[in-house]
Amino acid sequence: MTIALPANAAPVPAPPDAQREAGQVLLSVPGMRCAACIAAIEDRLNALPGVASARVNLSRKRVTVDTSRPAGDIVRALSEIGHDAYPLDTVALATETDVTGRDLLMRVGVAGFAMMNVMLLSVAVWSGAEGATRDLFHLISAAIAIPCVIYSAQPFFAHAWTALRVGRLNMDVPISLAILLAAAMSLYETLNGGAHAYFDAALSLTFFLLIGRCLEHRTRAAARSSARELGALEVHEARRQTADGFETVPIRVLNRGDTILVPTGMRVPVDGTLTSAGAHTDRAFLTGESAPVSHAAQDLVHAGEINLGAPFTLIATAVGQDTRLQQIARMVETAETARNRYTSLADRAARIYAPAVHVLALATFTGWMVVSGDVRLALNIAIAVLIITCPCALGLAVPAVSTAAISRLYRLGFLVKSGTALERLAEVRTVLLDKTGTLTTPGFSFDAGLLVPDERRIAKALAHASAHPLSRALDRHLGAEAAADLADVTEARGNGISAMADGTPVALGRAAWLGGDGDGLALKIGARIIDLPYEETLRDGVAEMTGGLRAAGLDLEILSGDTPDRTRRLARLTGIPNFEASLSPEAKTDRVTQLTDAGALPCMIGDGLNDTIALSRAHASIAPGTALDAARNAADVVVIGGGLAQVPRLFAVARKAVRLSRQNFGIALAYNAVAIPVAVLGYATPLLAALAMSLSSITVLLNAIRVGRVQ
Amino acid sequence: MNVLVFLIPVSLLLGGAGIVAFIWTLKSRQYDDPDGEAARILLDD
Repeated sequence: MTIALPANAAPVPAPPDAQREAGQVLLSVPGMRCAACIAAIEDRLNALPGVASARVNLSRKRVTVDTSRPAGDIVRALSEIGHDAYPLDTVALATETDVTGRDLLMRVGVAGFAMMNVMLLSVAVWSGAEGATRDLFHLISAAIAIPCVIYSAQPFFAHAWTALRVGRLNMDVPISLAILLAAAMSLYETLNGGAHAYFDAALSLTFFLLIGRCLEHRTRAAARSSARELGALEVHEARRQTADGFETVPIRVLNRGDTILVPTGMRVPVDGTLTSAGAHTDRAFLTGESAPVSHAAQDLVHAGEINLGAPFTLIATAVGQDTRLQQIARMVETAETARNRYTSLADRAARIYAPAVHVLALATFTGWMVVSGDVRLALNIAIAVLIITCPCALGLAVPAVSTAAISRLYRLGFLVKSGTALERLAEVRTVLLDKTGTLTTPGFSFDAGLLVPDERRIAKALAHASAHPLSRALDRHLGAEAAADLADVTEARGNGISAMADGTPVALGRAAWLGGDGDGLALKIGARIIDLPYEETLRDGVAEMTGGLRAAGLDLEILSGDTPDRTRRLARLTGIPNFEASLSPEAKTDRVTQLTDAGALPCMIGDGLNDTIALSRAHASIAPGTALDAARNAADVVVIGGGLAQVPRLFAVARKAVRLSRQNFGIALAYNAVAIPVAVLGYATPLLAALAMSLSSITVLLNAIRVGRVQ
Repeated sequence: MNVLVFLIPVSLLLGGAGIVAFIWTLKSRQYDDPDGEAARILLDD
């Protein structure tokens, strides 16, 4: 896993100029849904001067624009028609053309074509073609099947070979063996005028299993690429002081002792000590503290905090691998390797199935050798056993269900990033919730209820005119409030803004700057100072989520890095009795381990850097789309749309998916219970093999589709 | 049985045409945006 933290050796986003030269702007537009959106977006952009062409990709919710204009113009044009757009890093995403996906699709097509043609010829043989006609049909089948099998089944051969080389068995070993032996034996029989050829079986095996592989790849690729998209939004540069001013450099080239400028609203790139007093930062992502923090000179600030005040400079004390951020990242990686050892349902099945099939085939061969002494007959029957044991249905059992489940979840607004995530989610007993940014909305909101309407209008006007992060939050909070008329607006950078309203001097800014108490914002009208206490608002859907999870029989618990007071208030608000406050990232992780050891497998839901270790250590994990990219990377599932209200459905779908996967194994076993005795006793014919294979595969696929019906 | 001399090549030719058409759709990237293509049919132009 790579973690794109600011202090990491992350790829440097292309400067805007390079994109302009390339003449292409790539935008993510998550809000588009229908034909009307396509038409609106393309018409609007194509009407812009300087735009050569604009093309919408609805499946990926992206727009590619050939233009000489900067991305900002395009974003503005789209926001005018009501679509939020985010420019994407064309360089980072350029390597992303889905070669594997199209390669798989091609193999599916070739296998499908060959299967249908060979099946046509086989029908003639099954309905009683004899002698020279049968031999001719078998020969034509061979001419089609052999090259097609060699081409189409390569993904299975490759996988089987990788497993065999390290001395392990996986599902692809019996599959490859069945395909290869069926083709080879059929060729031998054809050349010697034999009655049974299994070309159609070899091909339909390849075709059905490739479909499973292909579906699985498509959903995974879509989830992966959207996750990468979210990551491409963060900037990995810093402003370093040189002899003549400041230069912009990638974070990875910074050294200890460098003086670094942190502009208002930007993230601190490295750990360092402040050169001056009065810095004001938001460390919610880092520690879970929801209130802004003031610092004195020489205070240590950590990489990842956001500057809320005037631009400040710091002297780097730890860079790269030594920052607190990277220490956390390393612990995340250790935790991840532990989780990768989780054995999936499919792996467990393969571990029993693969040796069992081989032993069975071998036993059949020796048995018939002893009874008849005829090598050709014994081999024929043994291979029929290999073909008929329905690796098809077994190979499709899990991928078909997880494909259906993952695409269903994608429509509900969940990105499932890990293949085993659904199984792990289904086993979860406890849900641990982070507070700041997960249960509450990220950023700040204010208790503006104390203001009379006139004051609200002044506050709105001031907040709207200011670029200060807290003011912008207040502007959003006040929403559609009508703004008062202001004159002589002057902005004190990083502190606030002052102006004249109807002849009265008014100001909005940090409480400390205006002479108020506390760390939040204050409004000053004339000589009167009104503190705007900072308050937390619950995210939409939290009530539905907690209710739904409780109804699903899960225990809830809040783990917060914030103060006990704030945590208790929120616990009361959400009705969750269990909570722990003032937790360090390590303490959160300890709680996760404690629960895991007690058998109450936990699922962590969190968004901050302080949650990342717990996210990767927990049995399963979920991060909201607004989370820091380190947290999104560590989580199994990212919530991008619908919001938290849908989380109970995530658990419902996961549980149903596991249930259906088990049922599918049951179906495959039932078919085998009938087919194996027939094959071992030597009564298997190519027609029977074709029937068993198609029927079991189709039953398994139909059963998988039922996952979409979770309410 | 002489009819087979015509019918088998004909069936192989048709199947071959099918696979060539499939490869063409794949090469011309018609599977890159299935949702978008489904929606575009509703647009006037």
